[in-house]
Amino acid sequence: MARMKFLCDADRCIECNACVTACKNEHEVPWGINRRRVVTINDGKPGERSVSMACMHCTDAPCAAVCPTNAFYTTADAVVLHSKDICIGCGYCFYACPFGAPQYPRVGNFGSRGKMDKCTYCAGGPEADNTAAEYDKYGTNRLAEGKLPLCAEMCSTKSLLAGDGEIIAQIYKERVTKRGYGSGAWGWQTAYRETIAS
Amino acid sequence: MTTLSARIRLVVGALALLFILALTPAGNAQQPASVNPTAAAVKEDQLLRELNRVQGRVTLPDAKSGVIEQPAGRDWQRFHQVTLRWIGVISIVGVAALLLVFYLTRGMVRIEGGRSGRVIVRFNALERFVHWMTATCFIILAISGLNITFGKELLLPLMGPEAFTAWSQTLKYLHNYLSFPFTIGVVLILLMWVGSNIPNEIDKEWLKRGGGIIGDDHPPAEHFNAGQKLIYWIVVIGGGAVAVSGYLLMFPFYGTGIAGMQLAQIVHGVVSVLFVAVMLGHIYIGTIGMEGAFEAMGEGTVDVNWAKQHHSLWLQEQMAHQSQPRPKARPAATPAE
Repeated sequence: MARMKFLCDADRCIECNACVTACKNEHEVPWGINRRRVVTINDGKPGERSVSMACMHCTDAPCAAVCPTNAFYTTADAVVLHSKDICIGCGYCFYACPFGAPQYPRVGNFGSRGKMDKCTYCAGGPEADNTAAEYDKYGTNRLAEGKLPLCAEMCSTKSLLAGDGEIIAQIYKERVTKRGYGSGAWGWQTAYRETIAS
Repeated sequence: MTTLSARIRLVVGALALLFILALTPAGNAQQPASVNPTAAAVKEDQLLRELNRVQGRVTLPDAKSGVIEQPAGRDWQRFHQVTLRWIGVISIVGVAALLLVFYLTRGMVRIEGGRSGRVIVRFNALERFVHWMTATCFIILAISGLNITFGKELLLPLMGPEAFTAWSQTLKYLHNYLSFPFTIGVVLILLMWVGSNIPNEIDKEWLKRGGGIIGDDHPPAEHFNAGQKLIYWIVVIGGGAVAVSGYLLMFPFYGTGIAGMQLAQIVHGVVSVLFVAVMLGHIYIGTIGMEGAFEAMGEGTVDVNWAKQHHSLWLQEQMAHQSQPRPKARPAATPAE
């Protein structure tokens, strides 16, 4: 089985935010929640870089470790998913997540949290594949149709890569060799305990 | 002639060329042969080394999503999964075991000389109401809090995922909403009893002679002895700490960012499990540990012999008030002599 990962080549990202929009539209993500976001570091200064970030589907995922109800599970493709039927909206996965991926729709007043929502790697949830119930809670299940996550598939500069970790790491290495530079695979050390030599 | 002028032209030309050549490197440095855009680019490992987080600007209205990486989440995970659980198990199970051993060896502390049959008012209706409101909230808050920390290991295998979620969801709401009466209770406890809980010389003597449930001696004590004063300040300070840290977690991003919430959870967790351990001792003394203690908060009255044994100075003071025609001052507010 493949070990699915995301890789954002920050030297290619042009901060067009199409990945953010595509994700929101594809899954009809609830109001106020963005499963993916583009962050620009050193904005307007020399050497600024933009990074598209969502759930990295970590190895030994901290969210799953701290969840008090064991709502998380890891698929055979190493995608970290969760069940909204088991989630109680306590907020612990948000404290533990190194990437700020878990978000909660507001229910009621103040900050009361509803069921957690996060990137599913376009792989839905525990419900049967591509059912109305699954779509309602988690969005489409592209992985079950043999397609990769939409954000990476439609990235205009192919900055955002999704797929088997070894293959996308190889693509990135080739790019770095060819152009002679690369600012690294952002988040890989934290998420997968590995870096790609650049 | 021609050769001379040609030579001069050659020398001048050579000098001019040399001059231009000497100038050119400065001009050429602007456009090196190979471009390296990463020379000035931000580096992830450098940012992580400096701040242990990567933060930038985001076009979404949600400004806090500008933090893209905070590896401190992994440290918090270790605290929550390992450190907090050990502190909780050692303090709570440890105190419960100590109490059991203590009860088996010592048994219930009896009233010396038996009951006199005469009672004296110890806590009025308002005091008892505040105590039981806070106590009821505390017990539910403690169970729901311990469920979040230990339920996954202890209850989830027994209940199954669906039932455990329904139970935990209910407890989460109870935990959130009962925090308000609990906080009000802690504030009222602070205001109501602060006058009789200031440590003084009598407490030193009480501690020196080993008063309370551990020793056999019954040194004189006022309305509250040194042990009770300790419980009082643990409730006020501990209750204040869990209330402040709890509200920071309940209202995410109102008061603090993600690092602040991790810290608030650490304070909330550690103070709470220690609080539960201390309260086990308080409940023990107030119920099976000491004869005649429960009725102080139950009916509000205590036997006179009990009062003589445990709060001799307070009893004298009460008796003095009763013998007077009209006692004016409230007992709690009167300084002891």
